[in-house]
Amino acid sequence: MNSITARRRHPLARYAVLLLALSLLGGVYALLAPGGDRADAAIASGKADDVAAGKDLFAAHCASCHGLNAEGTYSSGGASGPSLIGVGAAAVDFQVSSGRMPFANPAPQAPRKRPPEWVNPTTVRQLAAYVQSLGGGPTKPSLEEVDPAKGDPAKGGELFRANCIQCHNFVGSGGGLTYGKYAPDLNPATPTQIYEAMATGPQAMPVFNDSTITPEQKRDMIAYIVTMREQTDPGGNGLGRIGPVTEGLVAWIAGIGLLILAAIWITAKKRQVTHD
Amino acid sequence: MSLDAPPKAIAGPSSFIDDRIGAGNFLKRNLRKVFPDHWSFLLGEIALYSFVILLLTGTFLTFFYKPGMGEVAYQGSYPPLVGVHMSEAYASTLHITFDVRGGLLIRQIHHWAALLFVAGMMVHMLRVFFTGAYRKPRELNWLIGVLLLTLALLEGLTGYSLPDDLLSGAGLRITQGVAISIPVVGTYISFFLFGGEYPGHDVISRFYSLHILLIPGILLALISAHLILMWVQKHTQMPGKGRTDTNVVGAPFYPSFMAKSGAYFLFTFGVLALLGTVAQINPIWLFGPYTPADISAGSQPDFYMGFLEGALRIMPAWEINFLGYTLPLSVLIPALVPMGIIMTGLALYPFAEQWITGDKREHHLADRPRNNPHRTSIGMAAITFYGVLWLLGANDWISAKFHIPLYTTTEIGRVAIFLGPALAYFVTYRLCIALQRRDADVVSHGVESGVIKRLPSGEYIEVHVPPAEDLVEHMRGKQPIPAITAGPDGEGIPSNGMRSPIGRVRAKLSQTYAADTEAISLDGHGNGHGAHETPPAAVGAGEDGQKSIGH
Repeated sequence: MNSITARRRHPLARYAVLLLALSLLGGVYALLAPGGDRADAAIASGKADDVAAGKDLFAAHCASCHGLNAEGTYSSGGASGPSLIGVGAAAVDFQVSSGRMPFANPAPQAPRKRPPEWVNPTTVRQLAAYVQSLGGGPTKPSLEEVDPAKGDPAKGGELFRANCIQCHNFVGSGGGLTYGKYAPDLNPATPTQIYEAMATGPQAMPVFNDSTITPEQKRDMIAYIVTMREQTDPGGNGLGRIGPVTEGLVAWIAGIGLLILAAIWITAKKRQVTHD
Repeated sequence: MSLDAPPKAIAGPSSFIDDRIGAGNFLKRNLRKVFPDHWSFLLGEIALYSFVILLLTGTFLTFFYKPGMGEVAYQGSYPPLVGVHMSEAYASTLHITFDVRGGLLIRQIHHWAALLFVAGMMVHMLRVFFTGAYRKPRELNWLIGVLLLTLALLEGLTGYSLPDDLLSGAGLRITQGVAISIPVVGTYISFFLFGGEYPGHDVISRFYSLHILLIPGILLALISAHLILMWVQKHTQMPGKGRTDTNVVGAPFYPSFMAKSGAYFLFTFGVLALLGTVAQINPIWLFGPYTPADISAGSQPDFYMGFLEGALRIMPAWEINFLGYTLPLSVLIPALVPMGIIMTGLALYPFAEQWITGDKREHHLADRPRNNPHRTSIGMAAITFYGVLWLLGANDWISAKFHIPLYTTTEIGRVAIFLGPALAYFVTYRLCIALQRRDADVVSHGVESGVIKRLPSGEYIEVHVPPAEDLVEHMRGKQPIPAITAGPDGEGIPSNGMRSPIGRVRAKLSQTYAADTEAISLDGHGNGHGAHETPPAAVGAGEDGQKSIGH
């Protein structure tokens, strides 16, 4: 007979058991149940403090076009930008880390450029946390999700040819689109940025969400793109890897050019000049 | 034993051969054949030697290539494609590229040689055109040349399709689109060519037969005919001292021309080997295997098909729907019209020029381009027409690399295709006249010596010295362009042929074609300042029996 057996008839025992059960339930719930939006954003994109810091960065660098609450602005001829509610942390990370945002000059499409001084991994994370807190959206992938070494380049190549090369060319050298837009060169893009671009569909690009192309398939495609960019061209200089256009230029300028020089050389005669 | 006699080791076999095939007489006559010397006369040899190299490298490629469209899973040594399903043709091309020793090099030399083959033909043709070397008696050889160029395009198209990669598949798809757009017979042609629905299982093996057997056979026969005719008719020569329509001034075939020609083969081979080594061409492993559902940005044909691609790209989307049938003008016009204008124009030009000038004489002296300004301007207009189309074939890259909106390039192309040739015609014409005046100036006043003299009156003059004799002879080689007249003869009666409306148009064309050339005289003291009053040179209706061209 121990002490618990002795006290189980105690008048307060039922309250003690109830308390124990409730705290157990609460504890399990707290461990298993999904957290709130705010908490989720803080977990996914950094710390909860990031949201406040991100809001300040947003007000300083983004709000002039996207509005003070990221609701978007429109003014014909002036600075305007779309609403960022729901675009997600992935979109922010893609746009800001690749230097496309902040947008320096109005143009049909934001070019990749060197990011401004204030951009670093911390500020990008804070900004992303703030935008994520507004309405959710795709989050930044983990390093494992974009690790080219874990993907299958052969499978990725088939997906890449089926989905990407219409605009980005067969090795991702980019290509022209209508109305001043273009599909950018994929070579400078990091694996994370490639993943984010597929998940968020920036600018003229369509969204390839997880039900269209699964995260594993995205990783295969990243593996293919990275394999192609790291490949040493076996046939000599790749001539920009853009197909027959540069080949034609080389054939005419180098090929015909050299042969004309050779023809001039072997038919050259010493000029017989008579001096009187 | 005399020192002149050939050594026994040589004399024995040579008389053995000579007694049996009589080659000695032939060689005696032909080894001393004289060839004129000018760098531009070697341009055709680029094409000739490229063709030789194409035959040799192509033979090597046939040892390993499998012209099949059966599906296989790739198991070769190129990792990014391992396990990918593809046609046997594509797999065997990958095998040549990565697993056959020297295969990639030979493939690249073959492809570069194909580009230089066509490019060499083009520069050679331009030389012949601008110097008027297609004139009588060489019209037939010119026609053979036009046929060779057409066949070369066809040979290139079939060869481009053989690896069955994604890029060549795009070209094949356009070929099928053109075939099927032809009214009435289009579907039949397409089904016949592809053995059923596109892409089917036959087209690669059919193109293979065409590419390695039929077209090269015809090319070889025509090239031989081209060379024999050139040999028999003798080469044209540039005007100069002692050069007339009845002689050829130059070096004998053996040893001088043979050495140069042999050296030029080595140069061509050297350039092709250099390109094949340092510059990657047609990287089919990057394109991936062909599946009709995929297409890459920047899908272009090889350069010689670029003008057709450009025509397709700038063509508005026109089509006619009539009684349930569709006439797709947006495919038919770009596929047939530019090709028709250029090839028909080339084929007919020698005969059109003869008809317009009434000139039925033989010509063995080449014209300098400036001395026939209308011909030169027509040529430059044609180059501009071709060039605009060619450039627009790459308009997506122009748009992407130079940040010009794509539709802007299309719209510029649509204007430039009409305006460009007209502008080129005008500018070239003025340049030719200016160059003729410059010649006249040199002939009549000599060249500047750089010596300034002060006259007793205080005036400064620059001393001119007579130009080098060979230069003057070269300039004086200019020949007036003959023209027919619509006017009455001595009895006041216009000739029969000139009275019809066509005759009057012909006379008008003839006058225009010959204008502005005789006016700039090179006789050294005439009106060397380009007065335009003098009428064109020769007179005569140009009818049969009235070939009274001269002065």
